[in-house]
Amino acid sequence: MLMSNRLVKFIALPAFLLSPALAVSQSSSPAAAAPTAQAQIDALQQAVRNAQTNADNAWMLISAALVLLMTGPGLALFYGGLVRRKNILATMMQSFAMMGLVTILWAIIGYSLAFAHGNGFIGGFEHTLLRGVGLAPDTDYAATIPAQTYMVYQLMFAIITPALITGAFAERMKFSAMAVFLSLWSLLVYSPMAHMVWGVGGLLNANGGLFPSLDFAGGTVVHVTSGVSALVAAIYLGKRIGYPQTAMPPHSMVLSFIGACLLWVGWFGFNAGSALASGPLATSAFINTHFAAAAAALGWTIAEWIHNGKPTALGAISGAVAGLVAITPASGFVQPFAALFIGILAGAFCSFMVFKVKNWFRYDDSLDAFGVHGAGGTLGALLTGLFATRAINPAFGANNPTGAIDGHWGQLLNQAAGVAIAWTISAVGTLILLFLVDRIIGLRVSHEDETVGLDLSQHGEEGYDLNS
Amino acid sequence: MVKIEAILQPSKLDAVKDALLEAGIEGMTILEARGHGRQKGHTEFYRGREYTVDLLPKVKIEMVVKDELKEKAIEAIGSAARTGRIGDGKIFISRIDDAIRIRNDERGETAL
Repeated sequence: MLMSNRLVKFIALPAFLLSPALAVSQSSSPAAAAPTAQAQIDALQQAVRNAQTNADNAWMLISAALVLLMTGPGLALFYGGLVRRKNILATMMQSFAMMGLVTILWAIIGYSLAFAHGNGFIGGFEHTLLRGVGLAPDTDYAATIPAQTYMVYQLMFAIITPALITGAFAERMKFSAMAVFLSLWSLLVYSPMAHMVWGVGGLLNANGGLFPSLDFAGGTVVHVTSGVSALVAAIYLGKRIGYPQTAMPPHSMVLSFIGACLLWVGWFGFNAGSALASGPLATSAFINTHFAAAAAALGWTIAEWIHNGKPTALGAISGAVAGLVAITPASGFVQPFAALFIGILAGAFCSFMVFKVKNWFRYDDSLDAFGVHGAGGTLGALLTGLFATRAINPAFGANNPTGAIDGHWGQLLNQAAGVAIAWTISAVGTLILLFLVDRIIGLRVSHEDETVGLDLSQHGEEGYDLNS
Repeated sequence: MVKIEAILQPSKLDAVKDALLEAGIEGMTILEARGHGRQKGHTEFYRGREYTVDLLPKVKIEMVVKDELKEKAIEAIGSAARTGRIGDGKIFISRIDDAIRIRNDERGETAL
């Protein structure tokens, strides 16, 4: 049976391939030879394009999965381990809720607001309910992958960004209020910001925006917005009961450690996937991501060793995350050793933000969402302007300088403009939304609910039932 | 009948258990506890800030023995657990009114 199948294929395939030639050769005229070759060339070119698409799409789908892994369980574990035992499930639920909620909102309208044609600030309604987002490429964004791949990849970013904010109001926010607040935030702060930086016609788009900003994978769109929003939320909601007199150390550094490592690996999808293709630029972004994480872990560890006398595991993993944040905007624009430098700076700078600045101002940014993401993202965005080079990515054309290191010092101003706009929109948008949700639902849990813990009070569950 | 309660360093549990078995005492209950006497705690770091942990892990052993075995038990525990440093622990003795074996309702010293 097998033998005859193989035999059939042996005959059928060449016959199929040659059939145009065979068909044409029936007429047997000399002019018929040229169309045959042309048809074969066309077929070959199409096959090459298909192969390119398949290679890029494979990488992009994996990248999308990696980015989702960063939220669940990466961030869920990282944040979960850092809170007190009575709040572990509630903390993880906040990330998980984003996986569900943001997906629905993105499909209905979020994607359209971010990536449809609109104005400089926000997209339109052309892709509401994902109309027009099919399996053919959307050449505005990525010419070799299906539009739906691009859409689902971007969705994973939209999921993790609000999840990052939850770190600021950990252990004291109502689940219902959080769900409403972050849903609105996703539509009214994230989508517009994504549109401005990455959307067609966006104010900050590197392609023709008023302030062309270089943001390879979302330093501004994801980290500055979430970090600054986190700061506003932390201040608005107020400190946890007992902060800062009562020590509230992590209940499980083990979980946080695992989460941080998942974030590091997942970040390869976040940054290298932002190349939107599987070529050499993805390689650059991959290497820069890894180098920055390693250097920053070292930077924070050394800073802490000097400051406290002992290097903590929490410091090391926080450092790695800070480096990953800072390299995010720069990942597809800089040389590897610039990435190392950015990493070391981010590790030292973010540790300073968390050890010193947080204590000076006494805000309870419970899990250091601002200290790491807000501060790291801002630093990274500015350093991107410094180190971006056309040798890695000719973002403004092959003959034009990209960043300051190429001679284009004005790029630093563009980066600063992007950061300033992100800070403003995030702060103002978050403040308004918090105020609204507070009036309608009430943001903070009651004193008693906070004391007994959110797992029980919000979810009627216990994270660890050691007696069952 | 006396009840002997001993609060020990967790690292001394195995040595004390073995010493008690050698002294002929087989029944005991082990509890995990936290506490301190005059022993200072240790410091830990969280986000660059130092804080003191003063409730230290301890192990508590409880047993009820015949009066005749009291001194033997105290000697066994003491010699196995002693390091000479603050934090070695304490032994408390109290009287027990009665003991009952649940399996067969036996009472008194024979139930031990």
